[in-house]
Amino acid sequence: MIHLSTPITETAIRALKVGDEILLSGKVILSRDIGHKFMVEQKPEWLKPILEDAVIYHCGPVVAKNPDGTWCFVSSGPTTSIREEPYQAEVLETYRVRGVIGKGGMGKKTSGGLQKVGACYFHATGGAGALLAERVKRVVDVKMLEEFGSPEAFWIIEVEDFPLVVTMDSHGGSLHDEVLATSQARAQALMS
Amino acid sequence: MSTCEIPKLTSLEIVEGKSVLPKGWKAELSQPATLDLGPAVLELIRRSTSRLPQDVIEALVARRNAEAEGSRGANTLDTMLENVVLADEHVAPLCQDTGNVIFWVRHPFGVSQRRLKAQIRDAVAEATKRSWLRPNCVAALSGKNPGNNLDPFGETHPVIHFEEWERPGIEIQIMQKGGGCENVGAQYRLPDAALGAGRDLKGVRKCIIDAVVKAQGQGCSPGILGVCIGGDRVVSYERSKELLLRKLTQTNSDPALAKFESDLVADLNSLGIGPMGYGGKTTVLGLFVEELWRHPASFFVSISYMCWSSRRMTLQVEPTGAAVFE
Ligand code: SF4
Repeated sequence: MIHLSTPITETAIRALKVGDEILLSGKVILSRDIGHKFMVEQKPEWLKPILEDAVIYHCGPVVAKNPDGTWCFVSSGPTTSIREEPYQAEVLETYRVRGVIGKGGMGKKTSGGLQKVGACYFHATGGAGALLAERVKRVVDVKMLEEFGSPEAFWIIEVEDFPLVVTMDSHGGSLHDEVLATSQARAQALMS
Repeated sequence: MSTCEIPKLTSLEIVEGKSVLPKGWKAELSQPATLDLGPAVLELIRRSTSRLPQDVIEALVARRNAEAEGSRGANTLDTMLENVVLADEHVAPLCQDTGNVIFWVRHPFGVSQRRLKAQIRDAVAEATKRSWLRPNCVAALSGKNPGNNLDPFGETHPVIHFEEWERPGIEIQIMQKGGGCENVGAQYRLPDAALGAGRDLKGVRKCIIDAVVKAQGQGCSPGILGVCIGGDRVVSYERSKELLLRKLTQTNSDPALAKFESDLVADLNSLGIGPMGYGGKTTVLGLFVEELWRHPASFFVSISYMCWSSRRMTLQVEPTGAAVFE
């Protein structure tokens, strides 16, 4: 297990390789479909200081409002990342993000962005919504809540020991490609 | 930790204590005109969204202990099991994707399906308000979300299947079917030249292997597979999903299919896809196969994939009116 905290330096992220297991602490920003389209099309300045050297999380959480008006994450596991493939590389470059958390992995274009900027794709355990919500220590802020709705808003959170696996690194490696190749070869053998 | 023990969920007393049903609640089965199962359905949702069935937990533990110590596979299964305990403790959704909510209702003659449907829909909306369900029902093209999990036409969400039976009680089964795993389901039509699959069990086996390899970790493996052979396209798919209500400990009543299931589970777990597709010895937890009658010209193999977070639960309203959850 490797402990990693935001802000993340380029050196720290370049040292990571596919298969590494990580416990991430620090600032994470939630964003999915509407947010990614917005980031690429509008490129809002106010997001830059929020995202720099931080990590984006593909997640549409179940949130609840506390009686005092603050927010609490009830369940917040990863959502499928590939939907952000058209936008991710540009988002990484524009905002100097050091990592993306999601599930299912991403494509060639994103891999190019990870290599260029110095960033990793971190895979979270799908279905571990309750555990991952427990590791959210604080909801710092939320942006575009009215405009995008709760599952799509930019939730800015602080996490502690978020369990992740590096499945795409800044050197072009992909655990998804490796596992796909081995399983296809084994399937061939099973079917013959 | 060299092996992991079966984690203990909160005791039934605590669960009963948190129930939305008042103690000693009974349904007025003898008064079909005023019968209200709404509160019991709400309790069914509360339990199903936060408590993973015991057989699934035990299967996850057994597979955790089959993975190499300290491997990604073992650690990932540990994370899943930790999640199971937390969700139960906090009555929080196991997964933030609380799924398509599907019900199977079996009732005696004289019970109004129209009334039951309204009660189930109200319970779903209430569960959404309480954050037990995420608002998961959107308009196909515009993406508009009513926010209460009810499609305005009462057709597609929640999904409710009704059947009249000869028994005096009522049974309501719920399944929460996640979007990620729903997306990796597949339907094949045999013969399939590309796969070299003919109209026999060998051909069916090829379809299943192919679907699991294509799914990789995308359906949140380890998955549970419901496979229906035969039927028309619709019934075939529908039954493959209904099969996912089966307990992992229940063996197929057809000995040939039972053997087919257990042999193929071992083969699938040799694919190396592993939990979440990180690699490992655990790709599936179980496989349920059923054969249906078919048109001579068609031979469908329909595969429904359920993620490890297999949320299902049964409510039995006994002839006395008492509600039993299992
Ligand atoms: S497929 Fe994964 S993300 Fe979707 S409901 Fe299942 S566990 Fe949750």
